[in-house]
Amino acid sequence: MTIFKGTGVYGAIAAGKIAVFKRTQMPVKRDKIKNPVAEVARFETAKKEAVSRLRELHKKALKEVGEANAQIFEIHMMMVDDEDFNEAVTEMIQSQCVNAEYAVSVTADNFAEMFTAMEDAYMQARAADVRDVSNRIITCLKSDDSLAPQITEQVIICADDLAPSETVSLDKDKVLGFVTAHGSYNSHTAILARNMSIPAIIGVGDAFLSQIRDGDVAIADGFNGEFVLHPDKEALARAERRQAEELEKKELLQKLKGKDNITLDGRKIQVYANIGSLDHIGAVLLNDAGGIGLFRSEFLYLENDDYPSEEEQFKVYKRVLESMPAKKVIIRTMDIGADKQADYFHLDREENPALGLRAIRLCLTRPEVFKTQLRALYRASAFGKLGIMFPMITSVSELKAALAICDQVKRELIFTGKKYATDVELGIMIETPAAALISDRLAPLVDFFSIGTNDLTQYTLACDRQNPHLEAFCDTHHEAILRLISLSAQNAHAHGAWIGICGELAADMTLTETFLRMGIDELSVSPSFILKLRDTIRQIDLSLPPKHL
Amino acid sequence: MKSFKYTIKDPLGIHARPAGMLVKVVKEIDSHVTIEKDGKAVAADRLLSVMGLGIRCGDTVTLTITGGDEVTSADTILHFFEQHL
Repeated sequence: MTIFKGTGVYGAIAAGKIAVFKRTQMPVKRDKIKNPVAEVARFETAKKEAVSRLRELHKKALKEVGEANAQIFEIHMMMVDDEDFNEAVTEMIQSQCVNAEYAVSVTADNFAEMFTAMEDAYMQARAADVRDVSNRIITCLKSDDSLAPQITEQVIICADDLAPSETVSLDKDKVLGFVTAHGSYNSHTAILARNMSIPAIIGVGDAFLSQIRDGDVAIADGFNGEFVLHPDKEALARAERRQAEELEKKELLQKLKGKDNITLDGRKIQVYANIGSLDHIGAVLLNDAGGIGLFRSEFLYLENDDYPSEEEQFKVYKRVLESMPAKKVIIRTMDIGADKQADYFHLDREENPALGLRAIRLCLTRPEVFKTQLRALYRASAFGKLGIMFPMITSVSELKAALAICDQVKRELIFTGKKYATDVELGIMIETPAAALISDRLAPLVDFFSIGTNDLTQYTLACDRQNPHLEAFCDTHHEAILRLISLSAQNAHAHGAWIGICGELAADMTLTETFLRMGIDELSVSPSFILKLRDTIRQIDLSLPPKHL
Repeated sequence: MKSFKYTIKDPLGIHARPAGMLVKVVKEIDSHVTIEKDGKAVAADRLLSVMGLGIRCGDTVTLTITGGDEVTSADTILHFFEQHL
């Protein structure tokens, strides 16, 4: 029995056989061919196939790992279509009468060398992209099904590291867990594992690679980051026991469905879901959420090549509202800017995009875009219980300007004979220290507050969310943040508004009791956290003195 | 023929993503566009060539636009550089 220690990126346990995934350079033979015209045609067909597979991967990646991570596949598609690359391959097939596989492989090597020879480390790393692309074309030429490791039974995938295309194309049903020698907490493997609820360990080190063989039995414990190779009977039994416990817990949580979220002393808390596209509604219903506390409308803008029309938006909003009958659905108006960019907005480059023209600022600068969204929202409000929420508010005047535009939109709708609900709730995100500090002035103007803890943390602690080196300084439990939340809660209640939390901290169950004691009325989390959070709430007794707060 | 010089401000230079965006923009233009660094000029609608120039932050490049719509195209491209690079 050998134990390797890494970092667990998703808390769950896997036990079973392992499959070692080695990224080997595919051997490509040089063959003489007789018909160069047919060979070029074969190359063209393989290219089309490669692009269509990349397009699929891009789509899958958009859903599973997000816009920023998915972009690499767009670049890969452009590389397949690159004229220099294509001319070189075609020229080689025609002049030397060699097979397409060989021509692609040699050409790719030449381009990869070009990148490797460059001074800049970033550009040197692009050699790997050229090779990933050429391997894909060669795979298509050989009409292999996929670049992914071929797995036929359920296994724990062990690898040096996994490339984006490899991770995204794995058959999820056959993967018990992931273990990699390298990689970081924010690598593709890690992000995907979390989204798939699969136990995963990263960074167990190089030593493990030389000791693992296909079919070896192992345990991957995503809770403590331990990878146990050749576990003894006792360790296996222990892992099985813990798996059973986890399963039992899951089943227990399923039983909570339909029950109210009441603390032991009788306070009712709303537990809602955060979602970012229509695809997630299934998970919302499956996990029995009390409503949708944050529907991010950005995808409508990010997945389009042009501004989404009122009709297009109306259909989406109407569908969400109809899928959640009698339940509250809070839709946040577009939070474009900073890390979420759409080309057709033609936004200027900014030195500090997080402090830049984003969210409500962009809406107020471009009132027509904002009004289109609001018209679609109000029209959809006739089909359910809608709440509209504005992001990034920092001042009373911004909020008043946004509310004035809402009134204008409603007047226009009346004028054109369109129906809308009169009980639409209006609220704001509290995600800047400014908004929290003047929450007494903002609360009288709205129906609700929702704390965006991710941005609130970034702005309060002056820690860039995108910078991985700041993780150590970015204490999400920092007293400054908790005080701002508490202050907002007091001010909301003093003016008859309700208050929720929709940032990642809402799912941090070590803070649930703290939040409830502050008076938080609603917690909105990713669908997969809903049942766990509800179980936690039902065990809290607010009539007892706080334990360690 | 229209031409202009531009000094790159993006800290990563013309890396993969902006190179891809530039190629997309140029492909939609009728005129022929070249990008030149240190005397080496390549067609700006070719991704690997553009990336191969290894253009870094602070480098000055020369864009040359030739064709029927060169006046408007030059504007489009200059605007792209100012926004993204």
